[in-house]
Amino acid sequence: MKTISLAEHSVREVNQQLHDQARELTEPHWRITDPDGRHALACGLDQALTVDIDGHAGYYCAGMNQQATVNVHGTVGVGVAENMMSGRVHVHGNASQSAGATAHGGLLVIDGDAAARCGISMKGVDIVVGGSVGHMSAFMGQAGRLVVCGDAGEALGDSLYEARLYVRGAVESLGADCIEKEMRDEHLAELRELLARAGIEADPADFRRYGSARKLYNFHVDNADAG
Amino acid sequence: MCGIVGLYLKNEALQPRLGELFQPMLLSMGDRGPDSAGFAIYGDDVGQERLKYTLQAEDPATDWAGIAEGLQAHLGAPVEWFRNATAAVFKTGTDADAVRDWLRDNAPGVHLMSVGHSIEILKGVGHPRLVAERFGLQGMQGTHIIGHTRMATESAVNMEGSHPFSTGHDLCLVHNGSLSNHNRLRTRLQRAGLRFETDNDTEVAAAYLTWRMAEGDSLTGALERAVDDLDGFYTFTVGTRNGFAVLRDPIACKPAVMAETADYVAMASEYRALTTLPGIQNARVWEPAPKRVYVWEGGPLTSQETGT
Amino acid sequence: MDDHTDNWGLRESATFDRNAIREIQRAADTGIYDIRGFGAKRKVPHFDDLVFLGASMSRYPLEGYRERCGTDVVLGDRFASKPLHLDIPVTIAGMSFGSLSANAKEALGRGASAVGTSTTTGDGGMTDEERGQSRTLVYQYLPSRYGMNPKHLRMADAIEVVLGQGAKPGGGGMLMGQKISDRVAEMRTLPKGVDQRSACRHPDWTGPDDLAIKIEELREITDWEKPVFIKIGASRTYFDVKLAVKAGADVVVLDGMQGGTAATQEVFIEHVGIPTLAAIPQAVQALQEMDMHRKVQLIVSGGIRNGADVAKAIALGADAVSIGTAALIALGCNHPRWEEEYQRIGSAAGFYDDYHAGQDPAGISTQDPELAARLDPELAGRRLANYLRVITLEAQTIARACGKSHVHNLEPEDLVALDMEAAAMARVPLAGTGWIPGQGGV
Repeated sequence: MKTISLAEHSVREVNQQLHDQARELTEPHWRITDPDGRHALACGLDQALTVDIDGHAGYYCAGMNQQATVNVHGTVGVGVAENMMSGRVHVHGNASQSAGATAHGGLLVIDGDAAARCGISMKGVDIVVGGSVGHMSAFMGQAGRLVVCGDAGEALGDSLYEARLYVRGAVESLGADCIEKEMRDEHLAELRELLARAGIEADPADFRRYGSARKLYNFHVDNADAG
Repeated sequence: MCGIVGLYLKNEALQPRLGELFQPMLLSMGDRGPDSAGFAIYGDDVGQERLKYTLQAEDPATDWAGIAEGLQAHLGAPVEWFRNATAAVFKTGTDADAVRDWLRDNAPGVHLMSVGHSIEILKGVGHPRLVAERFGLQGMQGTHIIGHTRMATESAVNMEGSHPFSTGHDLCLVHNGSLSNHNRLRTRLQRAGLRFETDNDTEVAAAYLTWRMAEGDSLTGALERAVDDLDGFYTFTVGTRNGFAVLRDPIACKPAVMAETADYVAMASEYRALTTLPGIQNARVWEPAPKRVYVWEGGPLTSQETGT
Repeated sequence: MDDHTDNWGLRESATFDRNAIREIQRAADTGIYDIRGFGAKRKVPHFDDLVFLGASMSRYPLEGYRERCGTDVVLGDRFASKPLHLDIPVTIAGMSFGSLSANAKEALGRGASAVGTSTTTGDGGMTDEERGQSRTLVYQYLPSRYGMNPKHLRMADAIEVVLGQGAKPGGGGMLMGQKISDRVAEMRTLPKGVDQRSACRHPDWTGPDDLAIKIEELREITDWEKPVFIKIGASRTYFDVKLAVKAGADVVVLDGMQGGTAATQEVFIEHVGIPTLAAIPQAVQALQEMDMHRKVQLIVSGGIRNGADVAKAIALGADAVSIGTAALIALGCNHPRWEEEYQRIGSAAGFYDDYHAGQDPAGISTQDPELAARLDPELAGRRLANYLRVITLEAQTIARACGKSHVHNLEPEDLVALDMEAAAMARVPLAGTGWIPGQGGV
């Protein structure tokens, strides 16, 4: 394992070393210390690395991740794992707004709370949040699954496409075109599998499922109040 | 467009360390706002019989002693004062109009930054680190403090355009975001008798609160009404003589995070600004919900969702 | 006018003219606003209202066909280690696969590459056809992030963060269901046939302070190699350009209200944003005040049609121009050979603007396989290359006539305006006078 301190090296130097691993894998496990809320840490990785960040990361931590496993032992700022394609990002604290925004694949696990717009425009990613999520989560969510073990803020799943949402706690309000849907066996099974992969203990039977009513899919005068 | 930070002490024992606790918070937001910085510090309350006037002048040769003497003669009341770099704090009578008028006529290079029993506003152009060093923030004492680092959007980069803005006694406001209806609102507030120093949208928000509170609203009530009357994107942090409040607009895009322990309530644009506070590991940490008013006024935290 | 309205002396209202009446009737019939493509059709002050002061006695012209007049441009050398080097100061604007057929995208790449300039992706991601055929390809980074892939970010030659578009500053994109084919749906991760509305704001940042952090991320991901462009729709241009520079842009792309779109509300196209002519001086002033003119490059788009427009935009301070509508026309859009078919769908060659409907007879703004097959990408690419060569030659012709050995040496002082509106907006004197409205002179 290689350890690099951000007290001694710049974000640029650290990311460059990680990116160099995409060409030739020489060190599969990295530890980044003294992150001090810096932005764009471990973003743009494209190799089966494991990166542990000891402390708090700023905006866009593990942004656009491919293949890598990034563990943050602290909180993360806006847009953690935004546009992730594959791999796994695990935040052991809270996440700020837009966690997993537009992500296409991979698994994002947040042990604490995620703030507003968690999973906005998600395009295939799986997101499991141990705590609660803020308002407008899964806004315009296109594909993928969002699992919330705590509560969801207002306007959950507004303008949803085909993303599937599972919430255990209270939902403050559902957004336009988002409705509660029946929890069938296949949903219990996929939820059980997601929780297991996230390493979170919870009973799938305690969750409710939400999805798109598909009424906003085409412009129509009767849908104008949502437009 | 900027970084904002605030710290409200619940534990009196921390008051001598207010500046020391706050300075790293402000500096950590330097990247978000490298153009200018400022802070409003509350403390050293002069009581009901007097007011503090925080003055600032760019000219280092400003004759503060002469100004104090002249003002004392004009008011017929003692003026106690001290200097801090390009600023000076005058403590004297409560006729703020008389002080403002005399300064305008007799000390043209001097700007009146704040008036109140407790508030002192210090701000200037340049990187937050330079501004903090200039005024010796590290060593300051007080009860609560609100700071701002600015990336200018539509209005000028100068001292007047720097936050915090104060438009009434002991009231100040800092803002991250951009209001979209401030021009017409300014006109309305001007008709209601409020004075404006700049074309800045944030000053309109501050004036709005001053107006509502002069009309009898509580701090909470004024902020609740602000959600209906102010349009655009904002995270506000507000200070009053003994209060501290946070409000985000109904969409709440601009970042904000809060932390509370038995000793303090703190807010910042990014969590990194809170990491140096004592006991932050065990603090309750959350991002304020949209259109919810969070207020501390020397008592327990209250929060209330406003009606829209 | 029709014969009988003329002969009977009927009086048409200037306020409620036929178009206004027709639109009220259409709105009442359908209950939905009118959506169309193309750019603003109303008349606004434009480059046509400016003329150059050619050399005479006090200035010496260059020999038209022999003496060198450079047209090359470097874009993005402020922070990026691999800036773009283009042979001509005319680039192809961002247009999506989805709004355009794959053949059209390929043709744009072929045409641009043949003359040494760049083309740009659009909402919906990068196609193999356009990457393969584009020597220099700019990858748009949009609010929707449809098809956004870090692999493509690294394959691109530059990144264009899109904040807005001249046809609709403050608005998001649209793509009607009839154009969401299987391939488009898959690239965008959308159900087939939905009426897709793209966001107007980015999902993970709002405002210049957060944009600065976003740009830092994009640079980190691409190891500080790629230039980062910021595209804005012209509205509060002076402030927006300053903020783009502060946020860390290498290049500012400024799109005026005449800039085209694939699908937007008509009311948006015609009533939001300012003309290209009015926006350029604001942008240049902002750059000059920050000592960034020609350091952060300015690309101007919105209504560029010929070499005179190119030369005028550059004289006012642009480093390059970008074309969208004109490029489509060069490929074959609105060509008279399809006149009968245009008429069948209620339009005419030269008027066709229903890009959103996906029935383009020329096979450009469509996903219909039969229609799309009508556009031969090689042939269309050659047409575009021809057109780009012509407008470059035209710009050179004017530059030489003004005594310039490089088109970038054209200046506002080489221009005068034919009317007061253009003089005021472009900040050049009214022809025959030294008077600039608002700035004095005689």
